[in-house]
Amino acid sequence: MTPMAAVNDFVVKFANVNGSGSASANELFARCILRMGVPVASRNIFPSNIQGLPTWYEVRVSGEGWLGRRGGVDLMIALNPQTWDSDVAEIEPGGYLLYDSTKPMPASKFRDDIVVLGVPLTALSNSLEGTIPRERQLLRNVIYLGALSALLGFEPEVVENLIGKQFKGKDKLIALNMKSIALGHDYAAEQLAGACALKVMRSDKVGERIFIGGNDAAALGAVYGGATVCAWYPITPSTSLAEAFMRHCKLLRVDKETGENKFAIVQAEDEIAAIGTVIGAGWNGARSFTATSGPGISLMQEFFGLAYFAEIPAVVFDIQRGGPSTGMPTRTQQSDIMLAAYASHGDTKHVLLFPEDPRESFEFASIAFDLAERLQTPVFVMMDLDIGMNDWLCQPLSWDDSRRYDRGKIMTADELEAGRDFGRYLDVDGDGIPYRTLPGTHPTRGAYFTRGTSRDRYARYSEEGAVYVDNMQRLLRKFDTAATLVPAPLRRNASETARFGAIYYGSTAPAMDEALARLEAQGLHLDTLRVRAFPFSDAVTDFIHDHEQVFVIEQNRDSQLLKMIVNECAIDPARLIAVLHYDGTPITARFIVNSVAERMTLLGRKEAAE
Amino acid sequence: MTYIAKPKLHHRDIPTNALGFTHRDYEGRISTLCAGCGHDSISAALIQACFELSIEPHRVAKLSGIGCSSKTPDYFLGQSHGFNSVHGRMPSVLTGANLANRDLIYLGVSGDGDSASIGIGQFAHAMRRGVNMVYVCENNGVYGLTKGQFSATADKGSKSKTAVNHDAPIDLVSMALVLGASFVARSFSGDKKQLVPLLKAALSHRGVAVLDVISPCVQFNNNPQSTKSYDFVRAHNEAVNRIDVIESKAEITVDYAPGEVVTVHQHDGSLLKLSKLQADYDPRDRAKAMAYLQEHHARGEVVTGLLFLDPEAEDLHAALGTTKLPLNQLGERELCPGSKALAAVNDSYR
Repeated sequence: MTPMAAVNDFVVKFANVNGSGSASANELFARCILRMGVPVASRNIFPSNIQGLPTWYEVRVSGEGWLGRRGGVDLMIALNPQTWDSDVAEIEPGGYLLYDSTKPMPASKFRDDIVVLGVPLTALSNSLEGTIPRERQLLRNVIYLGALSALLGFEPEVVENLIGKQFKGKDKLIALNMKSIALGHDYAAEQLAGACALKVMRSDKVGERIFIGGNDAAALGAVYGGATVCAWYPITPSTSLAEAFMRHCKLLRVDKETGENKFAIVQAEDEIAAIGTVIGAGWNGARSFTATSGPGISLMQEFFGLAYFAEIPAVVFDIQRGGPSTGMPTRTQQSDIMLAAYASHGDTKHVLLFPEDPRESFEFASIAFDLAERLQTPVFVMMDLDIGMNDWLCQPLSWDDSRRYDRGKIMTADELEAGRDFGRYLDVDGDGIPYRTLPGTHPTRGAYFTRGTSRDRYARYSEEGAVYVDNMQRLLRKFDTAATLVPAPLRRNASETARFGAIYYGSTAPAMDEALARLEAQGLHLDTLRVRAFPFSDAVTDFIHDHEQVFVIEQNRDSQLLKMIVNECAIDPARLIAVLHYDGTPITARFIVNSVAERMTLLGRKEAAE
Repeated sequence: MTYIAKPKLHHRDIPTNALGFTHRDYEGRISTLCAGCGHDSISAALIQACFELSIEPHRVAKLSGIGCSSKTPDYFLGQSHGFNSVHGRMPSVLTGANLANRDLIYLGVSGDGDSASIGIGQFAHAMRRGVNMVYVCENNGVYGLTKGQFSATADKGSKSKTAVNHDAPIDLVSMALVLGASFVARSFSGDKKQLVPLLKAALSHRGVAVLDVISPCVQFNNNPQSTKSYDFVRAHNEAVNRIDVIESKAEITVDYAPGEVVTVHQHDGSLLKLSKLQADYDPRDRAKAMAYLQEHHARGEVVTGLLFLDPEAEDLHAALGTTKLPLNQLGERELCPGSKALAAVNDSYR
C-alpha cells in the first residue's frame, strides 16, 4: 500500500456525534487552512436531530480553488462509533484514518489499505486539570484540531490567532484551548511524525475572499436592501436566515441616539401568518420578507395568488431542501422551482432569482426588494441548503453607496392633489405596471379597495369577462417587463466552437466550473449559460438555438427548469438533455463530467456511424 | 349594487364634527347585503363612532378576510384604504400593515366563520401579540355566502331549516380573555346605543380591542330555534355596563355617584365612564370576567358590554421597540448601513 501524498488538494471528513460541540472546532480547522491562503469548500452533513445522531463535516482543500463537492474522502476523522464501519469504508485507498485510540480497537475494525493514525483523544482530554466532563468533551475536539495541525503542517501562529479571535476577551478560555491544541499537536508531532503525507502549504489563492454562509449573506442583503419587516416561521434550512437578519439588525439598524429599532421581526404562528404579515406590510409600503423552505411555500400558496392578483410587493427566500413532504429536511435540492414559479391556483407566474453562492445571495436579496416594489409582485430568491447553511469561500460583499432604492410607482399626495388620474390597475406607461397609493396618503383622493376578486382598472369590483381578461392580459405584459429587469443569464463560450451547450443555475455553479475545466482538458468543448432568473430572457432561447444539443443540469428529479424552458420559450424538448442529481448531496464535478462526457461522446459516435 | 355611487348631496343642516365632516363623509358604497342584515347596522355604528370621534377617514385602514362580514369594509369609510384579503387571515395581514405604519388606525373586520373556524389560529395569535387594532367579529353563527351552513360559534342544538348543530360552540370573547386581549367587549347589532360607545372606546384603546358583535343573519339564522336571532338576543341580553366615552378634549362636568360608576383613563387621554348595570361586575378583573361569562352562559344569557379592559396595555410596537417614525417612511439613509460598514462585516468573515 502506498500512502496517498498530496499538497493542498485533498478531502477531509469529520464524523461526529450531533451535539458533541464539534462544529466550532471543525470550522476552525477550515479557517486555519484559509488563513494559510489555501481555498477550502466546507459542507455540513447533518440529520434532522439535535443530539445523538451522526453528523459529518466535509472540507475539500483545493489549491486550485475548486469549491464544489469533490466526492470521496482522503482523511477521515472517525469519532462516531455508530457510523464507524461506513466511515472507514468511505476512505479512498491509500488514505488516512484518524481515531481516538484511548481504548483498543480490534484489528478487524480497520482496513489494510489505509494509514491509521491513532490519537488518544479522551485520555489526553482527561489530563486537562480543573475541567469538568462536558468541557473535556468539547476540548477533545480542540485536541484533534491540534493533532491535525501537526499532521498537515499548519503554521502555529495561524491556529493561535484564530483561537484568540474566537475567544476574544476570554483569556482563560484562550489558555485552555491553546493548551488543548498543544496536547494534540505534541502527541502527533512525537508519535506520528512523518505518518501523514497530506500537507497544507502556504499559498496566495484566497486573497480578499470571505468565508460566509448564504443565509447569513442573504440576511445582510435584506439589511442593505432596506427590508424593515420580517415575518417568519422556523423551518430548516431557512431558520438561520431570519436569525441572522435579527443579529445583523441589532448591530446595524438600531438608532444610535434613541435606541429605537429600525426593523420589526415577528416569529409567526405558521408560514401562512408569516406571508400574510409580509403582504400586509408590503401593501402598506414597507419592504418586507419571509424566509422558508418547500413545506412553507406549499402552505403560502393562497397568499401568493392574492399578492400576484392584488399586486403587492413581497420577498420570499426559499431555502430549498429535499422534498416532497418532509422529504429530506437536512439535505439539499433544487426541487421547488416549478412550485414557486407557478404558485397558487388560477393563472399565476412569479419572478424567481437563482443566486449561485452567498455573495450573489447578498446581491439578489437586495435586488429582490427593488424588483418586488417596481413590479408590485412577490419575488422569490431560490437558494438551497447547500448555499444557505454552508460557509462558502466567495468574493467580498460589496455595496455602491450611490445606489438608491427603487420604490416603484407610488402616487404621492402632491400628485393626487394636483389632480393626476389614479386608477389602481390602470396601465399608464404601457409596461403593465400600474400606480399604487399607500394608505393614509390623501384625505379625499387615491383610496381604493384591495381585493383578490376581479375588478376594473379603477379597482371597482367586476366579474365582467372583458374586464377580467383586460386585467389578466396586463399582468402578462407586466411579466414581460419583469424579463427585462431581472438579472440576465451569463454565457460562457468554450475555447473552441461547441456543438453542445449546458444550462445550469444556483448552487450547481462551483461544480460546473470544475467540470468545464476537466471537460476542456479531455478535449470536450461545452458552452454554458447560467440562468439567474425567471422570467427567462431571449438569451436563453438564443443559447439553445446556437447549439445542437443542450444539457440542462439540475438538482431535482423531474427536470423542472428544463420543462419551464420548453414551455415558456417554446423549445423542442428533443434539443434538451436532462442531467439530474437529486440524492440530497450537493452535485459534484465528477457527476457532471461523467454524465456529460459520456453522452457527448456517444452522440458524436452515433453521428459518425450515420 | 356596489357600482352605483351614493348621491353626494345631503341636507345642508346636518351636523358636522370637529373636522367639519358630516356623517356622510364616513359612508362607503351601498351595501350588497340582504335587507335587515345585522352587519349593515354594525357598519352604521362604525360610521357614527368614527364621525363622533372626529377621526380623519383616510387615516383608517380597513382590513378583512372573506365572507359577508368581510365585504362590509366597502360600505363604510370610502376615503380609507381597504383590504379584503383571504379567508381567516385578516389578522396577519393587518399585523404586517400595522408594523409598516404605526400611525394609522387599524380596523379589522371579520366574521364567525372567518375568525372561529378557518382563522381561529390567526385570531388567537393576534390576541397574544397585542397588535394595536380594533377587531370586530360580526357573529351570526352561519356561513351566509355559501347559504347557511353552521359556523363554529353556533350553539349546540341550534336548528336551521335543514340541520341541527351537534358541535359545541366556540366563544370568541372567552378565548380573547384567555389569550391576553387587553380590551374585550360583546355587543349586539340591534343595540346601537351600546355598540357605538363600545366602538369608540375600542378605537381609542392601545393594543388589541376585540368586539364580538352578535349580528343576526336574516336569511339563514333568524329562526325561532336560533340563539343568534334578533328575538333571542333581545330576550337574553344581559348587559353588564353602559359606557360613555369622554374625549380628552372634553370637559368633565358631571359628577357620578361612587359605586355606580367606574372611570378608566386610556392612553390617548380619553376617559371611559362605565355605569354599572350589574353591581358585582368589574371589567378590570380578567379572572372574574371569565368566571362571570361562564356562569351566565350556562344560564342561557348573552352577556354584553365592556367585559374586560387593561388601560395600561402595551402594543406590539412597544414590545418590538420600533422607531416612532413609521417603518414605511424610512429610506436608504436610515436603513442602509453603507459600504464602510460592509467592509467591517467582510472582515469578520475572514
